[in-house]
Amino acid sequence: MISSIIFIILLALGFYFFYKNISKIRRNVLLGKEVNRSDNSSERWKLMALVAIGQSKMVVRPVAGVMHILLYVGFVIINIEVIEIIIDGIFGTHRILSFTGALYNFLIASFEWLALGVIVGCVVFFVRRNIIKLNRFMNKELDGWPRSDANYILITEVLLMSAFLIMNCSDHLLQVREYGHYIKAGSFPISNLLSPLFVNMSSASLVFVERGAWWFHIIGIIAFLNYLPYSKHFHILLAFPAVYFSNLKPKGEFNNLASVTNEVKLMLDPNAAIPPAPETPLKFGAKDVLDLNWKQLMDAYTCTECGRCTSSCPANQTGKLLSPRKILMDTRDRLTKVGKNIDINGTFVDDGKSLLGNYISEEELWACNTCNACTEACPVNLDPLSVIMDLRQYLVMEQSNAPAALNGMFTNIENNGAPWQFSPADRLNWASED
Amino acid sequence: MSQINVPTMADYMAKGETPEILFWVGCAGSFDDRAKKITKAIVKILNHVNIKFAVLGTEESCTGDPAKRAGNEFLFQMQAMQNIQVLNGYEVKKIVTGCPHCFNTIKNEYPELGGKYEVLHHTQLVQQLIDSGKLKVEGGEFKGKKITFHDPCYLGRANNEYEAPRNIIQKLDAELNEMKRSRANGLCCGAGGAQMFKEAEKGNKEVNVERSEEALALNPDVIAVGCPFCMTMMRDGVKHFEKEDKVQVLDVSEMIAKANDL
Repeated sequence: MISSIIFIILLALGFYFFYKNISKIRRNVLLGKEVNRSDNSSERWKLMALVAIGQSKMVVRPVAGVMHILLYVGFVIINIEVIEIIIDGIFGTHRILSFTGALYNFLIASFEWLALGVIVGCVVFFVRRNIIKLNRFMNKELDGWPRSDANYILITEVLLMSAFLIMNCSDHLLQVREYGHYIKAGSFPISNLLSPLFVNMSSASLVFVERGAWWFHIIGIIAFLNYLPYSKHFHILLAFPAVYFSNLKPKGEFNNLASVTNEVKLMLDPNAAIPPAPETPLKFGAKDVLDLNWKQLMDAYTCTECGRCTSSCPANQTGKLLSPRKILMDTRDRLTKVGKNIDINGTFVDDGKSLLGNYISEEELWACNTCNACTEACPVNLDPLSVIMDLRQYLVMEQSNAPAALNGMFTNIENNGAPWQFSPADRLNWASED
Repeated sequence: MSQINVPTMADYMAKGETPEILFWVGCAGSFDDRAKKITKAIVKILNHVNIKFAVLGTEESCTGDPAKRAGNEFLFQMQAMQNIQVLNGYEVKKIVTGCPHCFNTIKNEYPELGGKYEVLHHTQLVQQLIDSGKLKVEGGEFKGKKITFHDPCYLGRANNEYEAPRNIIQKLDAELNEMKRSRANGLCCGAGGAQMFKEAEKGNKEVNVERSEEALALNPDVIAVGCPFCMTMMRDGVKHFEKEDKVQVLDVSEMIAKANDL
């Protein structure tokens, strides 16, 4: 009875804080500018099925891809077990779903295999990050919290799965001893291997181990749930909407700014019918996160910092400062800051900082080749390139702050219709030259 | 060298005729000495198959691509709208470009501004000509040669065209060897995003050196490209490794023209 009440309180608090935190993230994402990503819903569902649910872009790199699928499938399916744990916890029952008999045995056995898979996957990932030290996990932007975050996630998952297996092992031993309410239920192909560790324990100690593992497992899950909003691991939720709302246009098609179109039409034809000027003065490009659109902000929260973008970026791979992963990490960090500012002040109060300058430098922005290697590499179709472009637009159109050579190129196009200093009158000379 | 015939849209207009296709030459193709050879190769192919084509000549102007990628949306849209006025004035329906950047911009970014055309990259047109039997290709001097193709970002990833250039190269009976980073994983030559027009940021290597090194590791006879900017970058890279005597950098269209003795 007491344990049921404690359980219900823990569960309620866990969900309450989780709900509060994701509401905040939702609010922060919706601070972004409008962009229409609700067209072509059938194509979007298909894309989500393929890329997010089907992990099609993950397996482009087979080792990480296959390991990730182990973790992903394990995570999703083992969570069916959490349903039983929650029912048992609330009503004080034990293995409430065991009445399903053979199905139950099959499910528990599958969970155990998957738990083993998750542990193997986590160990491989841990080794790749901390022992093999793959290049893309060594970049500067991961120093400190991001690198620890990744390890915390892997360690937590190993602990949770271990608790699950220890719980099953001790439960099974108690079942064999026909102890108390430990009815015969389930099939335990993996946790049986642990039984030498526990077989000599008294039944009372086994109950202690079983209950301990049970509580550790469920409290761990609730705690992990509440860790998600602070972690790169939040991708397990946002990957799906992020893929659904992907850019469906060809990667080479960059947005034409509508505000610019109006101005250019006026310039070319003063009599053109132009919609009335907006009430707030126009700003071209993005200086801070509030100038980005909501999808770009969602991308920032979705990024799990795997670094495939950065490891395929020609600028980064030749030692330049630019890292597309850092672009999204900075966007998230800045947006979190802005969100806290709003929590305190009710509305955003200028803090003298901005994404451009304080987080992302001009040097990073000007190193980009706009080659789309980053967007191609991203397993969940995130788009750091669009953020780079919006910030570049601000540099050029609001601050007239392009590298001198590019200003020269602009002048040439304006005056000669070519990026170099050639006369437009000579444009057809090639046809008569040898 | 055979004489080339390059009619302009204005020529056609004067005769009261319309060409089947407009050849958008592009700035590099018009002014860059090396790229002009690519332009001529494309013209030779068009002449050879007797397509009614025309160029805009002095009425052509930069598509605005480098301005747009550099963040200057104003200049891009100014260029785009003026070009669209010219193209629509001539009632152009179909365009072939010598450059993937022009191709991408006209195909994807002009429609919203009022310029709707069927746009082909020159490798796509060549493939169509081969498929329809209008252009016969035999290996010629490329038969059995080792060739690697460097994907232009704005043809490949940007527009998902990986096959046309490869299909053409294979028609030459050449041995096509792929770099590890090819197709969707292709590495940029280092010119995109307006990098062509500025110094690279500080780093430990130039992008074109990295890419040329990868291509040269395959010991190719020819590094094939499909973009005048890739051409510049890859040639500079090959020179960097002092391999210019052993390894040619050629546009796919030049290979076709050479193989056919055009």
